[in-house]
Amino acid sequence: MQKYSVFSLIKNAFTDHQNWEVAWKDPTPKSEYDIVIIGGGGHGLATAYYLAKEHNITNVAVIEKGWIGGGNVGRNTTIIRSNFMYDANARFNEFGMDLWRNLSQELNFNVMFSPRGIINLAHSDAQMNAYARRGNSMRLNGIDAKLLNRDEVKKLIPMADFSDDVRFPIFGGLMQPSAGTARHDGVAWGYARQADSMGVDIIQHCEVEGFDVEGGKIKGVRTSKGNIKAKKVGLCVAGSTNILAEKLNMTLPIETHLLQACVSEPVKPVLDGVVTFGAGHFYISQSDKGEMVMGGDLDGYNSYAQRGNLPTIQHVLTGGLALFPFLSRLKMLRTWGGIMDMSMDGSPIIDKTHIEGLYLNCGWCYGGFKSTPVSGWTFAHTIAQDRLHELNADLTLNRFSNGYLLDEKGLGTKTWIS
Amino acid sequence: MLHINCPFCGLRAQKEFAYGGDATVKRPEINKEVSKEEWDNFVYMRKSPRGKHIELWHHISGCRQWFKVQRDTATHEIFKTAKMSEEIV
Repeated sequence: MQKYSVFSLIKNAFTDHQNWEVAWKDPTPKSEYDIVIIGGGGHGLATAYYLAKEHNITNVAVIEKGWIGGGNVGRNTTIIRSNFMYDANARFNEFGMDLWRNLSQELNFNVMFSPRGIINLAHSDAQMNAYARRGNSMRLNGIDAKLLNRDEVKKLIPMADFSDDVRFPIFGGLMQPSAGTARHDGVAWGYARQADSMGVDIIQHCEVEGFDVEGGKIKGVRTSKGNIKAKKVGLCVAGSTNILAEKLNMTLPIETHLLQACVSEPVKPVLDGVVTFGAGHFYISQSDKGEMVMGGDLDGYNSYAQRGNLPTIQHVLTGGLALFPFLSRLKMLRTWGGIMDMSMDGSPIIDKTHIEGLYLNCGWCYGGFKSTPVSGWTFAHTIAQDRLHELNADLTLNRFSNGYLLDEKGLGTKTWIS
Repeated sequence: MLHINCPFCGLRAQKEFAYGGDATVKRPEINKEVSKEEWDNFVYMRKSPRGKHIELWHHISGCRQWFKVQRDTATHEIFKTAKMSEEIV
């Protein structure tokens, strides 16, 4: 594989950038693999990469019905954080933060990880108390957390509405300074390129039509490009999890919902980190290009549409305007939607299934992007060793029936309300 | 925006309604032995199909009645609405 560096950039400039190697090949599927990963998004590609790197398994195929990076890994708002209260989620995502910090070097691909901090705003004394509690839990798990008062918040985000007559005045906030953003496409491409160079086949435009299961054991997958035999199969398909589960006669504690995001026209730097509104569901950051990147509530009913409705955007931006009045003068450039695998407690599932050799990675709700490296790392471990790693030991499928829920927000099973 | 035909009030905009989830989920019978699996299925397990889905909606800014809607989860097309006492086949 050609190494990306300033020297290769200069060298290729002499030939007008016509002679760059392809970043990944376009192979036709073999008839058999050791492991087939379904879903060429961030998590699937990361899983393939860590299978090759950590477990020396390279007879692996990643099959993707569309093109890699065309699903949720290219549709999210690029936020990376580990500000969780429960031990299982905190440990899992903090391990992920360590992977993020070194990811550009490791992949030899600039994923533009930018730890510029996230501030969750509080708008009441009760909310400040709740954030103090969450911050303390985070610090007990070794995650940086800082409780900010109103003046400290004002220094960091002077553009927010700090006037006296607002409906939801800013009391303060909880900050995780090490949180941040990254370039989401770069993450998918970086993992794809490295996995490909180690021998993984990335097969695009190949849709799974069914599974071959014999005697409770997975034998392979039937795809639009023919049957592929596999000793092990990993499902990494986010919003399409329920569709594939139906083909396996499985019912999961997951509903599929739609989440929208939008960006404004680019403006000069006004916002350094990521900010979330505490009195509604709204979050915002500014991209390197200067666009304000915003998101909020689910559309609120089961959906596979990958495009949303205007009332939700209007509702989300109403919250945005209450926080940052200057947004009213910006034009929106784009809105888009992605389909979310909403688990019934808001936490993910990385587990084995009742079918031998079939592994499940789902339930990411609207927070899958930040966990891309650690999800791939633990899922690779789970598939290669046929057992859970201690990091995902609590992210099981049977935690629902056993009552060991990881209901971080305390919202219960009505996922559309969140 | 969706336009939903409330069986009591007629065609109204989506903004007047609140969603209530899968209408085919049945609560286990009262005063009967309920297995762990039955509770699981009722509380957590969802088919969430791509395509036709029978779901509950609440006309919260209107007549405040709950009713059933059959909607396509990929195209958002609404095929039928019915009162709670009626079946959608």
